[in-house]
Amino acid sequence: MLELQDVTAGYERRAPVFRAVSLSVAPGEAVGLLGPSGCGKSTLARVAALLHRPDSGRVIIDGTPAGGWRHRAPRAQRTAFGVVFQQPRLSADPRLRLADLVAEPLRANGRSAEVTETVRKLTARVGLGAELLGRRPHEVSDGQLQRACLARALVLGPRWLVCDEMTAMLDASTTAALVAVVEEYRAESGAGLLAVGHDRVLLERWCDRTVQWGGLGASLTK
Amino acid sequence: MAETTKTADSAKTAPVAWRRAGVERRSTRAWRVRGSAVIVALVVLAVLLVPPLVQLDEQAVDLAAKLQPPSLAHPFGTDDVGRDLLLRCVYGLRVSLLVGVVAAVVATVIGTAVGAAAAASGGWFDRVVMRLVDLFSSVPHLLLGIFIVAMFSPGVWPVVISVALTHWLSTARIVRSEVLSLRSRPYVDAAISGGASRWRVAVRHLLPGVLPQAGLAAVLMVPHAIWHESALSFLGLGLPTHQASLGTLVQAARGSLLAGDWWPTLFPGLFIIVPTLAIAGLAGAWRERLNPRRRSELML
Repeated sequence: MLELQDVTAGYERRAPVFRAVSLSVAPGEAVGLLGPSGCGKSTLARVAALLHRPDSGRVIIDGTPAGGWRHRAPRAQRTAFGVVFQQPRLSADPRLRLADLVAEPLRANGRSAEVTETVRKLTARVGLGAELLGRRPHEVSDGQLQRACLARALVLGPRWLVCDEMTAMLDASTTAALVAVVEEYRAESGAGLLAVGHDRVLLERWCDRTVQWGGLGASLTK
Repeated sequence: MAETTKTADSAKTAPVAWRRAGVERRSTRAWRVRGSAVIVALVVLAVLLVPPLVQLDEQAVDLAAKLQPPSLAHPFGTDDVGRDLLLRCVYGLRVSLLVGVVAAVVATVIGTAVGAAAAASGGWFDRVVMRLVDLFSSVPHLLLGIFIVAMFSPGVWPVVISVALTHWLSTARIVRSEVLSLRSRPYVDAAISGGASRWRVAVRHLLPGVLPQAGLAAVLMVPHAIWHESALSFLGLGLPTHQASLGTLVQAARGSLLAGDWWPTLFPGLFIIVPTLAIAGLAGAWRERLNPRRRSELML
């Protein structure tokens, strides 16, 4: 169970983006979070993935409270999340070739031995041709780069997936392909999903349950 | 977005003028870069090859040939004790370049370390360090430099230390802002989520992003460091007078200039100006490559 309890977060202590938001995702469940732009959905997604320290409130992962945020979070807790961001351009290090981009989490965890095999399997799964793996981010399209970013999010076999407007920059067919990859992974691993977006039609078809931002008990501050 | 539309609009209203200006600019810049590259190559060859190949003593005194105007035997003329000024200029350039490059490298290393440390730790450490940088920046470089050399006896190393210690401040600012901007990119979030340690994020994702900026800052600093060496030596606070450097040459020539002898001032002066402008020209081209957005704005 991934639980966010009474989370208040933002970028300035005196003016948080949202106050006292609670949300939970059961293992294997897909939860869609709908909300207008600027309401704090992305910030909430980053808090859920332990990437942003909330001003107050708790995040509980499978019964264990988060041990910290960003680097201070225990590695096992951090890597339990696979995160896909809205803009592939910004979420890919411009210097890494796509193969290295996907392999980076394995190398960071001292699992370099598995790189060749895992990268081959995962890139095939997300539909990246072998000829693209030697290219750098500026040499591929947004859709291709987002496929690589999804492969990177899946490479450590996370128990939770956080997709922050994953498909906002993509065309319909790439969107369908990436959602299918996420669903296939969830079906075989039983991972939970928190999908953030403002596309109601997509999220309602994709997720078991969609939550409107206002229904979170959130009191918006702006 | 707004900028693109603006440029497109102005291109529509006045296409010819815009394009012509762009073309002229591009070709003059290409020539400036080529010229700078040739001069820098000549300078490097001269300081590396002349001393070992030409077995002449640049300090050899020939009182019979003192203050000769330029001639075939002495293309730059001779100074007031008959030393050949071409040879002195080449040796002087060698010393000044060495001081400039070493000081620029030391200053860049200090600046990068301080800037990166400030950005990485944030909080009170960042604030204290950056206020100290502001404090030092508010004192004129030369004044601080004079203060530092005054603590040592004349020589090459005090000058290097003085120039390095007065020039790392801007690099620290550049590197700090660069690290702060890189650190907040989503790809750093992705790396953290992938289990990367602080060290791995710094070495694999942040450092490669900062190095080009730091390298550029170092090259841009070389001319500045040479000017400072020259200024300190000209004031008599830098290198000892017998050691040829561009600054000491100009200083030694002051007396003869008043007597109407122009060559002992002109040639070392040109040796200060031309190579440093050439280095700055190359660095400018590098900066435009690093920042293509700015380049395209300039060219359109």
